[in-house]
Amino acid sequence: MEKKFERLNIAILALGGQGGGVLADWIQEVARHEGWLAQGTSVPGVAQRTGSTVYYVELVKPDDKGRSPVMAQMPTPGDVDIVIASELMETGRALLRGFSTADRTTLIGSSNRVYSISEKSAMGDGRGSSQKIFDAGRQRSKRFICFDMEEAADKAGSVISSVMFGALAGSGALPFGREAFEHTIRESGIAVSQNLSGFSAGFVAAQIAPALPQVDENPAPVPTTPAGREFEARVRARLPTAAHRNAIHGIARLMDYQDARYAALYLDRLEAVAERDMAPFILTEEAARHLALWMSYEDTVRVADLKIRASRGERVQKEVRVGKEDLLQVTEFMHPRLQEICETMPASIGRAVLNSKFLNRILAPFFQAGRHVETTSLHWFLMLRFVASMRRIRPRSLRYVEEQERIEEWLQKVRLFARNQPELALEVVRCQRLIKGYGDTFDRGLGNFRLIMDHVADGPIGAQDVAKLREAALADDAGTALAGAIGSSSDRNNQPAHQE
Amino acid sequence: MAERSFKEEVKKLTAGDGEVFSGEGILAVTKALLQSGVAYVGGYQGSPISHLMDVFADANDLLESLDVHFEASASEATAAAMLAASVNYPLRGAVAWKSVVGTNVASDALSNVASGGVTGGALIIVGEDYGEGSSIMQERTHAFAMKSQMWLLDPRPNLTSIVDAVEKGFELSEASNTPVMLEMRVRSCHMTGTFIAKDNVRPALTVSDAAAQPVRDLNRIVLPPANFLHEVEKVEQRWPAGIAFVRDNKLNEWFGPETGDIGIIVQGGLYNNLNRAMELLGLADPFGNSEIPIYCLNVTYPLIPEEVKEFCADKKAVLILEEGQPEFIEHELNTLVRRAELDTRIVGKDALPRAGEYSAQVIRDGIGKFLREWAPAIAPAEAVSAPLPAPVASQIPQRPAGFCTGCPERPIFTAMKLLERELGPTHVSADIGCHLFSILPPFNIGNTTMGYGLGSAGASAFKPKDKRAIAVMGDGGFWHNGLTSGIGNAVFNKDDTVTVIIDNGYSAATGGQDILSSRAENKERSTKNPIERAVRGVGGGWVRSINRTYDLQKMRDALREAMTTKETGPKVIVAQSECMLNKQRREKPLVRKAVKDGKRVVRERFGVDSDTCTGDHSCIRLSGCPSLTIKPNPDPLRQDPVAHVENSCVGCGLCGEVSHAAVLCPSFYRASIITNASGWERVRDRIRHGVIAMLQRRDDRARASRAF
Repeated sequence: MEKKFERLNIAILALGGQGGGVLADWIQEVARHEGWLAQGTSVPGVAQRTGSTVYYVELVKPDDKGRSPVMAQMPTPGDVDIVIASELMETGRALLRGFSTADRTTLIGSSNRVYSISEKSAMGDGRGSSQKIFDAGRQRSKRFICFDMEEAADKAGSVISSVMFGALAGSGALPFGREAFEHTIRESGIAVSQNLSGFSAGFVAAQIAPALPQVDENPAPVPTTPAGREFEARVRARLPTAAHRNAIHGIARLMDYQDARYAALYLDRLEAVAERDMAPFILTEEAARHLALWMSYEDTVRVADLKIRASRGERVQKEVRVGKEDLLQVTEFMHPRLQEICETMPASIGRAVLNSKFLNRILAPFFQAGRHVETTSLHWFLMLRFVASMRRIRPRSLRYVEEQERIEEWLQKVRLFARNQPELALEVVRCQRLIKGYGDTFDRGLGNFRLIMDHVADGPIGAQDVAKLREAALADDAGTALAGAIGSSSDRNNQPAHQE
Repeated sequence: MAERSFKEEVKKLTAGDGEVFSGEGILAVTKALLQSGVAYVGGYQGSPISHLMDVFADANDLLESLDVHFEASASEATAAAMLAASVNYPLRGAVAWKSVVGTNVASDALSNVASGGVTGGALIIVGEDYGEGSSIMQERTHAFAMKSQMWLLDPRPNLTSIVDAVEKGFELSEASNTPVMLEMRVRSCHMTGTFIAKDNVRPALTVSDAAAQPVRDLNRIVLPPANFLHEVEKVEQRWPAGIAFVRDNKLNEWFGPETGDIGIIVQGGLYNNLNRAMELLGLADPFGNSEIPIYCLNVTYPLIPEEVKEFCADKKAVLILEEGQPEFIEHELNTLVRRAELDTRIVGKDALPRAGEYSAQVIRDGIGKFLREWAPAIAPAEAVSAPLPAPVASQIPQRPAGFCTGCPERPIFTAMKLLERELGPTHVSADIGCHLFSILPPFNIGNTTMGYGLGSAGASAFKPKDKRAIAVMGDGGFWHNGLTSGIGNAVFNKDDTVTVIIDNGYSAATGGQDILSSRAENKERSTKNPIERAVRGVGGGWVRSINRTYDLQKMRDALREAMTTKETGPKVIVAQSECMLNKQRREKPLVRKAVKDGKRVVRERFGVDSDTCTGDHSCIRLSGCPSLTIKPNPDPLRQDPVAHVENSCVGCGLCGEVSHAAVLCPSFYRASIITNASGWERVRDRIRHGVIAMLQRRDDRARASRAF
């Protein structure tokens, strides 16, 4: 009887520099070593520079007549046995291109994300949904193996290609024993022990159920001081449950940022919103978030305070992977302009300097260049510690006065709309998201926020419109989309008058 | 020094008779050249044939032992002109480049060598960069073969067929006194496989032998009256000789049953995809046994009229699988069928897409359509596809190519972006090379690109009164032709344009090959010829060299000055910093060794404090570095992801420069990690650390007392 023809088609989707080519070579080596024929192809080109690339491998068991099979040069949708992808969206791309099918394909995908430039450069949150890709992977494969290969590689002190190789071996989708795979790694003679440990991590992880990485839930903190306990009791007594988590986080944040009095002001403001809110109290929940964020605006004092904390030093140590015997120097890139300096001063003085052309001309040159601030040196540490200590006089500072005015103006709108147009109130609350950053970024965000608020004040305007304007403000940093959106929104508002 | 060493591959080239050679397609071609007794080889690097150039560049000893002359040509035109050596002498020569762009550059010389004809075999290996992964305009080399009447080989994609095509190609060239082109598709260049090697052959005549005994034949020079003679010779002698050789040596192939009322004609290079398509339709087995007659064109130009006639004679309809457009082969087949007075219907682009790569999937659909019309009995049902639903598909982002981590070209475009804020948008004429990635996000800089080294030339129409245009040119393009076509042209025509020449030490985009201005010591080539000197040599007056592109302020100031200076004539900025990919490849092992040897080593990298980062990502929009990314916001209240620097950061310094120059935000920090610090350094660090820790403990206590 003629032997059944056996061929396994394997597509590898990887990003430039992830070792997709090495993996493709290893797979062919294993197969050849086990007496199979193997062919691999790819179209690296410019994709090597950060783009995504598909490598394609075919393995054929030689037939007893010694005939040469005709091998294809690219994966054909519906004709792929194994897909290995080094990243979650690349796993998605394999699905998009139809390489993985429910009747046939073993889909081995990493759950980690390497964000694309469009996702990274968005002014807000441009990330694609991992969950949707994960669910589709499950539906569109015969077997789905999904774990964080990047993390596995990191833990094993290895690289992602060897973890992928291990996962392939562990999946059992190839008819070769574990030793054959490991033999190939040894034969290659490059970074053997690291590759073997990555391989082993991948092999083990392939046996567990597919899952996305855990997301931190950040539950509300537990109070540690009498003041904290008092605040917590007040939150639980006076605010709807939906807002508890955010409100408690908000209080903790503002006590850290300033003091208990400031936190109390926060609660007063929040309660005034809650009184006008109704179930399901999303408005209060979101107001608790955005009010806390606005009230803890990033001024020079806050930045200095955060930069010199012991916890920050530890975090940097961990993040940049300082060895036990190594020394670490940390340099900050600070660029306080005259404006920021004045904003830290008591309001009357700050305003006087900023309003004086003469003083501006004299002082501005001193605040032109950016400063390299070495926080690990005693000199700069003490300097920043001094700036951080100005927290005590913050409530008298120019910036404080300005921010509280803006916050009140915003809250006034929120309270105004809360009862009759709760959706609109909610969207107004969410516009706080536009105000962020420092220097030019801050000015731009605040400018956009004001444009939208002016538009809201001109009314009438729907909640949807405000949401759209906010999205437009986040579409580009030149304000083009926002200007267009405001233009068309005004046109619409004016239309009914002309229509008849 | 190229990106990597190819000594391993060079070893493979020494395989002798009967040995199994295994490797990539383009390496097989390289070996086939040596087996064919080639006397000289030239070319210009570029995907997908860079490998051939790189391997030969590293194979000096082997080539010397075989008396083969190899040259890393200055351009494709240079390489093509090299083939002049085969005009008068029985020297076998081969040249290689990326096509269709390289063929464009080479076409002046190609026309000349094709006109006069050759005595020794002349082979032009073109890496046809068409279809998925291609970085250039989608055109066909086929047109060049037709217009100059050079023969075009497109062998079936397996190593044995490809190697045969090289050997037969030389014979064909000699038999018909015509240069022969060998078309290698991208996937075939990178395809692994095996073939049985033969011994390398020393050329019967070497280039030195030929030079020692010059031959002159007026009839071979393209000048009246010989040029008219050449045209007649092409039609009356070389063409018939070529056709006879292809026919007699059976360079084309036939598969499947001998007769049938339908058939398929396929370009050799597409054969494997065709077989897979037919296998999936149940019309062929995995070994190429087809149920439909197939005529496989390993020679796609010229077509062989007798073979076409014979194949079509008994058929109602024949499907032609011809990738790309215009469909030259389909047109020619129609002519041949008409001339043969056959009624066979030629089906081509009406069953298959006019544009794009012919994958097995595309061919399968095309055959389905063809069969439903001409052989309904064996036609497959129309395939139903289940594409990924749009809400899921829309989550998957594009991944445009971008600058590598720490790339020295990035700060140049950051500087341009910052200057744009001051001076408003400028017309930017881009060039070919890594720097062309500036046209993609996040920089979005560049209005046109007109070809390699043509950045300045592309801006030459602009004679602005107020605002100057900016041209970008790479060092590769500069030496390829930009020095004359761009700088020389601008000097001569008194152009006011600003040209930024990016001098990263290599032809970086094609794999880091050395060029004239490379800083590296290269035994076989002359390097270290400064670009600035060349610019001044052709009369450039305003030239500034910036020797560290990462110095953003300096970069921006130089650009500003170039844009605003009163001085007339071209303004040239030479922006110099080494390609980071190459630098890392060289320095990483050295650093590792220094650490091991106990030497003091400082490693720098950047980081972002997630508690001061507000998630606006301005920094990313001015950088796009792969190591500068985002991560979920650890803050319980904030929602937008924060910027994050990955461990792959090489500490180039741009992030810090950007946050200063653009007045961005104080979240970035530079970490200097000192390994094997000196004793005194350690003591000082301990004292400093002790004092700071004490104060921090005090602050922590105070904070805890007022905390939640």
